[in-house]
Amino acid sequence: MKRHNFKSKSKLLEWIGEKFIAINALAAVLAIFLIFIFIFKESIPLFTDSEIQEEVTVERMTFKQEWYEGRDAKYSWQPNSEVPKYSLMPLFVGTIKAALIAMLFAVPLGVGAAVYSAEFANRRMREFIKPVIEMLAGIPSVVLGFFSLIVLASFLQSTFGFVFRLNATNAGIALGVAVIPIVFTVAEDAMTTIPQSLRDAALALGATPWQVSLTVVLPAALPGIASGIVLGFGRAIGETMIVLMASGNAAIISGNFADSIRTISATIAAELAEVVFGGAHYSVLFFLGSLLFVFTFLINLGGDYILGRLKERYQGRTL
Amino acid sequence: MNTLTRAAADRTSEKVKKIVEARGTSGGHLPRTITLLAVAIIVAMLAVILGNVILGGYHIISWDFLSSPPENGMEEGGIFPAIFGTVALVLLMTIAVVPVGVMTALYLHEYTRPDSKMTRVIRMAINNLAGVPSIVFGLFGLGFFIGFVGHNMDNMFFSDQGPVWGQPAIIWASLTLAILTLPVVIIATEEALRSIPRELREASLALGATRLQTIRRVVLPQALPGILTGAILAVSRGAGEVAPIMFTGAAYYLPYLPEKLNDQFMELGYHIYVMATQSPDVEKTKPILYGTVLVLLVLTFLLNFTAILLRSRMRSRRVNV
Repeated sequence: MKRHNFKSKSKLLEWIGEKFIAINALAAVLAIFLIFIFIFKESIPLFTDSEIQEEVTVERMTFKQEWYEGRDAKYSWQPNSEVPKYSLMPLFVGTIKAALIAMLFAVPLGVGAAVYSAEFANRRMREFIKPVIEMLAGIPSVVLGFFSLIVLASFLQSTFGFVFRLNATNAGIALGVAVIPIVFTVAEDAMTTIPQSLRDAALALGATPWQVSLTVVLPAALPGIASGIVLGFGRAIGETMIVLMASGNAAIISGNFADSIRTISATIAAELAEVVFGGAHYSVLFFLGSLLFVFTFLINLGGDYILGRLKERYQGRTL
Repeated sequence: MNTLTRAAADRTSEKVKKIVEARGTSGGHLPRTITLLAVAIIVAMLAVILGNVILGGYHIISWDFLSSPPENGMEEGGIFPAIFGTVALVLLMTIAVVPVGVMTALYLHEYTRPDSKMTRVIRMAINNLAGVPSIVFGLFGLGFFIGFVGHNMDNMFFSDQGPVWGQPAIIWASLTLAILTLPVVIIATEEALRSIPRELREASLALGATRLQTIRRVVLPQALPGILTGAILAVSRGAGEVAPIMFTGAAYYLPYLPEKLNDQFMELGYHIYVMATQSPDVEKTKPILYGTVLVLLVLTFLLNFTAILLRSRMRSRRVNV
């Protein structure tokens, strides 16, 4: 056997090693910090630069504007027209619409499948469902975008007779497919976190399996299921490639789910490559990025907080 | 709860359920059927998507397709530059992300207590990093790596030339992806570290080894399959992301392969996006488009499958210890 002379190793090396590892461990913190700084930094000129403010102000991004004399005031996103118009309202409406359809589609399926997997499925069935969800989660979003652009859009149009081939419904459903794995995983995890002893106690008292699920497991796991939905919503708001390819990218304000939409993320992706570095349009796009960042940051913080509380309560430990 | 006691609990509750069911149950079937329907719909969706891609793409795949460049405005030829670019991109990303991710996991698991303030801050950062939308990473890559780091490098070393580093390049795209995949590597490595019995570390320390020696000769070799799993998952995730590389280095079409770190490159996912949305005649590019999607899908699934296999082997080993 090889012998090591441990004593002769200097303590200095040990110290350097530990500090080096500790510094590297700060990478994630540094990354979040830098993202925060650099996304916001590029949108600051929007509030300070007088040249940019001639073109766009917070007020003009928020409220209806009378773009041409004598015409009705309206919201309009046309950054490349002769009079650049930067109303964020059409983008907000588009983003919310897509996310809403995605959730309507993904929540029943994701939560339903999670309930089945956690409450009814036997071991073999569970070992079938898990890889299916993992495969679904493994599909790159550009492939989902491709599928909804080429296949799903034609199918939906011929089924429902949509005027526009690419519309909110098409993008929303494809987005839902991307959200299902998140909702499923978090909800299922929450339900399996509920201790077996709780179930057994209820079963021993004479409750049927479904009564146990409905009156014992589901109420206890409800915060976890809710946080799965919240985290899924965060993903739906931020997802880019699917909406960029499948939504039609027309900045329209309407309540109609058959109209085309333009989301915040797709706007950044479609327009950033063509803007002038440091110009008004550039700053607005980074401002949109800041909004996305803050929004998903808060959503994730909220979702993790609920999950952490749930685990602490039933397992006596934090995530 | 460890796996053994969970299995025992499963068996007990299985028995309880049987007794209850033998006693006669009411209203138990409808909810079961409804939730099973949700599962069936999800399975069907997956089958339709995979089936469509496979049927549309399998007859395009040939050695020629994989090894030749696009021709005639992407309506003919192959996708070799995109495959090459993707591999180069994820390799660079792996080199950047794995050491940092592993060291973060080591710090969290081997050096600090789980309830310390530092751990909480790092964990919060990891969780949030995992939730940042990929397009925001793209903005960050453009603003930080190209606009700040690259631009300042140019000002310092190449002030007499045009942009050398302050422009989209494969190094910036891979570093952007490295930040995006950092949580994946950390989480997988941590799981591996957790599966190593305490006794191994204690034995090593009791023999007089220092902490660093224990990590290097006992912990890391044991954690290797888990670290590999993390690296593979990161590669699979990175290979499928398009939004972060759109402005940081990916190109529509390049007649040459990337050779230097500041070259642009073609990439499979971006190639799919370009062909699907910018092609003048979608019907003509469709076969090649399907072929490219199939290649990307097979690539990511193979990677995921390998990672799942490695992980399940690792987990089964833990039970035996």
